[in-house]
Amino acid sequence: MNLHYPVLLVTVPLLSAFIISGLSWVKKSLCFPAALLALGGSVFWSIGLLFRVLGRGTVEYHMGGWMPPWGIAYRVDLLNSLVLVAVSSVAFVNLITTYKTVARDFAEKKGLFYTLYVLFVTGLLGISVTGDVFNLYVLLEIASLTAYALIALGNRERAPLASLNYVFIGTIGACFYLLGIGYLYIMTGSLNMADIASLLPAIYHSKAVIVAFIFCMVGVFIKMAFFPLHAWLPNAYHYAPDPASSVIAPLMTKVMVYVMIRLIFSVFLPDFAFHVLHISRAVVWLACLAIVMGSLLALAQRNLKKMLTYIIVSEIGYMVGGVWLGNRLGMSGAILHILNDAIMTLCLFMAASSISYKLQHLDLHNLQGLFRKMPVTMAAFVTAGLSVIGVPPTCGFFSKWYLISGAIQAGHYGFMIALLFSSLINVILFFRVIEIAYYEPMHPHHDTPAKRIAMEEAPLSMLIPLLVVAVSLLVVGMYSGTIVNHMILPVLPKGIG
Amino acid sequence: MEALIHHIVANYNYWLYIILMMIGLYAMIAKNNLIKKLVGMNIFQTAIILFYVSIGCKKGATIPILPEHGEGTAEHLIKVADYINPLPHVLMLTAIVVSVSTFGVALAIALKIYQRYQTLEEDEILMRLRER
Repeated sequence: MNLHYPVLLVTVPLLSAFIISGLSWVKKSLCFPAALLALGGSVFWSIGLLFRVLGRGTVEYHMGGWMPPWGIAYRVDLLNSLVLVAVSSVAFVNLITTYKTVARDFAEKKGLFYTLYVLFVTGLLGISVTGDVFNLYVLLEIASLTAYALIALGNRERAPLASLNYVFIGTIGACFYLLGIGYLYIMTGSLNMADIASLLPAIYHSKAVIVAFIFCMVGVFIKMAFFPLHAWLPNAYHYAPDPASSVIAPLMTKVMVYVMIRLIFSVFLPDFAFHVLHISRAVVWLACLAIVMGSLLALAQRNLKKMLTYIIVSEIGYMVGGVWLGNRLGMSGAILHILNDAIMTLCLFMAASSISYKLQHLDLHNLQGLFRKMPVTMAAFVTAGLSVIGVPPTCGFFSKWYLISGAIQAGHYGFMIALLFSSLINVILFFRVIEIAYYEPMHPHHDTPAKRIAMEEAPLSMLIPLLVVAVSLLVVGMYSGTIVNHMILPVLPKGIG
Repeated sequence: MEALIHHIVANYNYWLYIILMMIGLYAMIAKNNLIKKLVGMNIFQTAIILFYVSIGCKKGATIPILPEHGEGTAEHLIKVADYINPLPHVLMLTAIVVSVSTFGVALAIALKIYQRYQTLEEDEILMRLRER
């Protein structure tokens, strides 16, 4: 049975998406348990896979028994399994948290929301598990299409417009990736990652391979909102309904960073990316720009959720820069940051959505007295904020530490300065929120002025997962040495300094 | 000059797909009407489908259907050069499905925009947003 974990991980959510859409016609109250069951299953299988990979090494699964260069292969190594665990557990936790919000906001369309939600997670899990470049494209489009629909689902003023904008740019990104694969196919005649990797080194200097690499990278950069190509992200994530944005924001961009790492590590091989092409320094400088501009734009926002979206843009800069530094420290920092940033972003967006569950809108000047009103939510928010800033016991510190050490080792001081600069800006960003929410007196028109502010927390079904996520920020931080030594360092290909 | 023309004629399929792709990209960037932008997006995707279909092609080859199948095929020697490569075409079946569904989702979103603003011209929508 556990031989089939890689395929169960994807097919069970895929089929249950259809079952859920059927159930929405029959009995709406069954949709949530069905989604919970499907995603719970994928959490179980992904953790099972992680332990299997830790114990016995890489797992290969051949679809329908067709051998790799011809059939589609699923290949799970430590890097995948870490991303799989992150994706499935973030989606699972968020599903529980958003139960109340979905019931309130999508009363009639609940079934459709859960269908799209489970399909979205299917796409992401598939991207992470597959070992076939074309299969990756198809699953990428499944994830993107459902993301477009989820974003447009809300009733917010600009949601459809932001979503349509995302459709245009996202399609260009996916098409570029598809073109890149086309050139790879012309040159190698294969779509299997391991097979391509074995055929490519002989033709590294061919122009078509270079074009293929650049098309793939630009496509992935668009999809992950790397700085000059980030314009779609802030509006799309800001105007998306809360339950959707708190699953799309932590996962979509992170999985795309994983795709970039996978393409470099096991399709084109690091030798090509760092030695044949001389673009790594340029990309790291671009990442510096992403970090600085993301932070500065976040500073200009007057809305909590929009501020968080710009923080994502700068965090993408961390990860891309870390990978392109080209040394072990930077890369382990980047991979660790995929995990950490998924948890941090989840925590921030969950806190934001439970605040907006009570307050309706998240403009910064609207947050006065929030510490007294929602102490638990704000405690979780502050923990995540400290992690984004990079304060020691939280996990954000450790990945930043690896990234900065990597920058020093590579002699790229610009990247180090950008990281420190963005940490300082993050201090301002979060302390501004804390200052408004803790110290500023209540606005006279905001609440009945004379009364003492009563505690008015979000429902328990939102609070408990939020606390679990906030605590996991600390736990992952404490165990990050173990994670790096046992799960990340063995993944890094040999020949990286 | 002659070398250039020779180069273009020899690789005309690549030139065609790039021209088509640029037409699509132009429509997506420059057009004001959202439906025209969507059509541009579709042209962009179709250009890539054309690219894939053209790379499976071989001069003088036929469709990849074996005249005799079942027993005995193993004894006949199948010359790869006689048959065009069907794999890119099969891949494009999937890509067509993807592009149709992208178009569907985008049209649904455009419908939602039209219901909200009673127009599909981008500048008018932005104007209305500014008024509120």
